Amino acid sequence: MKLLGLFNYWVFAVLLMIGLFALISRQNLIKKIMALAIFQSAVFLFFITMSKIENGTAPIIQAGVDNQIFSNPLPQVLILTAIVVGISTTALGLAIAVRLYEEYGTIEDNEILALDRSA
Amino acid sequence: MTTLLIGAFLLSLLVITAVAIVRATDLFSAVMLSGIFSLLMALNFFLLDAADVALTEAAVGAGVATVLLLAGLRLTPPTEARGRSLRVLTPAVIAAVALLMIYASFGQPSLGDPQAPAQQHVAPWYIEKTPELVDIPNIVTAVLASYRGFDTLGEVFVVLTAGIGVMFLLGGGRGKPFSRLDSNVEEGLSRHLIPKVMARLLVPFILLFALFIQFHGEYSPGGGFQAGAIFVAGIILFSLVRGERLTLAVIPPRVLLWMSAGGALLYGAVGLAGIAMGGNFLDYSVLADDPITGQHIGIIVIELGVGLTVTGVLLSIFHAFAARD
Repeated sequence: MKLLGLFNYWVFAVLLMIGLFALISRQNLIKKIMALAIFQSAVFLFFITMSKIENGTAPIIQAGVDNQIFSNPLPQVLILTAIVVGISTTALGLAIAVRLYEEYGTIEDNEILALDRSA
Repeated sequence: MTTLLIGAFLLSLLVITAVAIVRATDLFSAVMLSGIFSLLMALNFFLLDAADVALTEAAVGAGVATVLLLAGLRLTPPTEARGRSLRVLTPAVIAAVALLMIYASFGQPSLGDPQAPAQQHVAPWYIEKTPELVDIPNIVTAVLASYRGFDTLGEVFVVLTAGIGVMFLLGGGRGKPFSRLDSNVEEGLSRHLIPKVMARLLVPFILLFALFIQFHGEYSPGGGFQAGAIFVAGIILFSLVRGERLTLAVIPPRVLLWMSAGGALLYGAVGLAGIAMGGNFLDYSVLADDPITGQHIGIIVIELGVGLTVTGVLLSIFHAFAARD
């Protein structure tokens, strides 16, 4: 039971490292952007895990219901806005990748570096 | 217990999907898998009582992000080259850090522990005082728009800045006025009957739902961020079926730019109005005679600003990618 309660943290750790691993080991820029998104999602999961309270419910007050336990609204607010900022930065990264492809004809970072060195 | 088990099952699926994304060499399948990843993430958020976050993740992550990645993929090679073979060091270090973090997790409070440090700080105050100070049912919206309005203002400007960056890199889409559009040109999926009929049925309801999410955000999960993303998803669906040119004619790029900047400025203006009426920056209590009415006015106006900016920026970004050949 205690171990199951820690499962979310393990998944957070594994997802974070999968994202970091792909970010380091993959050369394709679009793949790197997706790896960054996985990394980011892991952090979101960590925050939302911390907001959960046992037997709690979503923090929306219902009229006529007393003694309700609400989960912590604060991490939810932080992550809600972070998701939208995340998509904006993903789009910016994609735009850079598209421009790089137009200039270099490739989006593999080792090939881009090789082209830079030979130039 | 059952919820915990369902959660563990969904989280396992999440890890499997993440591994599949990293392993796929076909970027198209990787993008599709990342859509599934976001949807699973949204389900997990929902199980963890974060209804607002789940709604955002489903609309933004599974919807808009997938479309943007596909739009980017249209302009770049669809497969990934596997060059350099992996050295041993990278996986070893990564695995070691993962094991360290799992080891550290044994010092963490168990999931749902009401005594956890995160539940002791300011959150009980928010939950206790919201009915009295802001008087709206959705505490998440109250924290987002009122208590931490300053943070949210910053986030809106970050979104705007990212949008400006994409415009600079790719150039904004250019549209023709509606009257000069040649209606005989077939674009998008307009020749395909089933998508066309489905879209015609769905688009109005998606847009209506977005407006509901926008203006009902104080009472139920929702608000400007989610509404903006859902509205954009509706317009993108319209664009896929009826073609890019018609969409640009219906909502010209200039309008989108005005929406992006105008929303952020509207938000800032509410803050300045608070100063002008004798309060602090982003203090809504002074906006009306009754502090609670002032809070309601402030929250509705800034949520509108957020919705306008998110819609304008995301749609401009989509057009910027779609307009490029």
